[in-house]
Amino acid sequence: MTEQKSIWVSIEQADGRIADVSLELTGKARDLADQLGYEVVGLLCGHDVEELAAEVIRHGADRVLLADHPELAHYRTLPYARVAIAEARRRRPEIFLVGGTPNGRDFAPRVASALRCGLTADCTDLQIGDYYLRREDRTYTNLLYQIRPAFGGNLVATIVNPNTRPQMATVREGVMRMPAADASRTGVVERVTPAFEPGDFALEVLSRQVRYSTVRLKDAAVIVSGGAGISDPAEFELLRDLANLLGGEVGGSRAAVDAGMIGRESQVGQTGTTVRPRLYIAAGISGAIQHRAGMDQSSKIIAINTDPNAPMFQIAHYRIVGDAAEVLPLIIKALRERSTDRADAPGAAVGEDEGAAG
Amino acid sequence: MIDPRPLDIVVLAKQVPDTHNVTGDVMTKDGTMNRNALSAIFNPEDLNALEMAVQIRERHGGTVTVITMGPPNAANILRESLWRGAGRVILLTDRRFAGADTLATSFALQKAIEKIGRYDLVMAGRQAIDGDTAQVGPQTAEKLGIPQITYAESVLGIADGRITVERALDSGSEIVRCQMPCLLTVVGSANTPRPPSVRRQMALKLAATPGEYAALQKRWPEFETVEALDAYLGAHDLRIPVWTADDIGATAETIGLAGSPTQVHKINFVVLESGESRTVAPTPEAIAAMVAELIHEYIVG
Repeated sequence: MTEQKSIWVSIEQADGRIADVSLELTGKARDLADQLGYEVVGLLCGHDVEELAAEVIRHGADRVLLADHPELAHYRTLPYARVAIAEARRRRPEIFLVGGTPNGRDFAPRVASALRCGLTADCTDLQIGDYYLRREDRTYTNLLYQIRPAFGGNLVATIVNPNTRPQMATVREGVMRMPAADASRTGVVERVTPAFEPGDFALEVLSRQVRYSTVRLKDAAVIVSGGAGISDPAEFELLRDLANLLGGEVGGSRAAVDAGMIGRESQVGQTGTTVRPRLYIAAGISGAIQHRAGMDQSSKIIAINTDPNAPMFQIAHYRIVGDAAEVLPLIIKALRERSTDRADAPGAAVGEDEGAAG
Repeated sequence: MIDPRPLDIVVLAKQVPDTHNVTGDVMTKDGTMNRNALSAIFNPEDLNALEMAVQIRERHGGTVTVITMGPPNAANILRESLWRGAGRVILLTDRRFAGADTLATSFALQKAIEKIGRYDLVMAGRQAIDGDTAQVGPQTAEKLGIPQITYAESVLGIADGRITVERALDSGSEIVRCQMPCLLTVVGSANTPRPPSVRRQMALKLAATPGEYAALQKRWPEFETVEALDAYLGAHDLRIPVWTADDIGATAETIGLAGSPTQVHKINFVVLESGESRTVAPTPEAIAAMVAELIHEYIVG
């Protein structure tokens, strides 16, 4: 009997809702599986979550392994890892994708260590390809290319795991596109029974405090971001003024987050949020590749930097060499004057009509 | 209630290139990297882990041992660890460790921790700034067969062989209680690491690995021979022990490149380019024209 090869996706859920990143990865797994003739399998752990299985199938899975158990009601490393490790040993998936959420980044290395397999964190792209290993004079075909910025973001590395299975990778939310749900898709829901051991419950959760983030960076049409070049909280306020004026959100590079200018939930980049706004304004952001990887799909990019050689200028549509503290007020002023024109001067409507015609 | 039992803590630390301060001369024109242009620093969140460990020792008594795996000059962060309060440090260095990915690294750390023997807590930074993977902590915990508490923000209490920890998550926080021994990974917001103590720096400035003796003797000619220096360091508890793969009983196929399932297929130095781009002068007129254009194209407004 030939075994059906498979790509697994860890389906993260909380409060009856599947994390976006899990469905994004299900869609990506579908694309990869179609290239390879593999099956897409969602691994869904939780309690009273059977109804979520259909949603996983609608987003591209052929099969859902459902571990439904009271001990799995909330994520805990050891019980969740127990299920994944046991099922992966039994069924031997080729590829195992995990969302790069706090829980995913806790779970994936625990599982990879037990399976003695390779794991690549925070991939920004996944592809299928071949790999020639000189030492063995052998070409491995149909490997997962795990592509990620490396070495402080100065390079992009393609990582492969030729000899171990599954090939594991984590990917942050927003990096892969959310697939459209297809209600006509069918799939199999297969229940699995966890075989816990007493040691799996060494950790108990005493309390949980959920903080609903008010930051909606991922869906924002306009994002105004600051980086190391904005050293003063008053300057950062300019970003907020501009974002408010444009109906957008404020983001930041890692440097801005590390400097305490803005919360970590607002970080744009490989280890933060990946965004695709209509307009991205990068103020005082030099443009390390980790940051660029999280925003280079933006429709229009304005870069403001005192350093004319800042890498951000390489991908910007508008390059402004200057101090953000001086340039931002100019943009704010220009926008205010435009809106005043519109409100006060009927003549301004002509400009809008021209825009519509063009 | 404070648990009267002293605790033995092992802290995992890493020396990393200072990737947060990459300057222009790090990348050469042909796309290769000038590693010498990056300074080597103590991985920031490992300092938070060390600080948390020292605070636990101050409260409960016990020991804090710092291990690092790295090149011989990683002894620098071990000396720094001593100045910041560690009681004992160990350097894991061996050419055969080179090229290790996170799985192979966690094997070596497991072996070293097991050689140390008794421990109640293993602590490390959440992640290292050169790879940002956050994998070595959980992988080491798995190999030791102990639970892990990632994203530790603060220790709320230790009693009856269990530790209560607040975890910082993107989506909020969680308070967990876990049996010891267990492994904690510590986030940067957990504390402000104390600066190296001047008193300890004076007392421990000569702490050195055997590989550093020759250089040390040149700087301190009053030690007429390396043997004299070694005897002095031994008498004053200033020898930094070095453990090789053989010392920790790590087999060749589990460590270094050979023990690493991940391999680098290729490295690209990508030059990203925008389609159309234009330089806009930082003048009111030029900015107003740009804004007009964005409104015209329905990008804003």
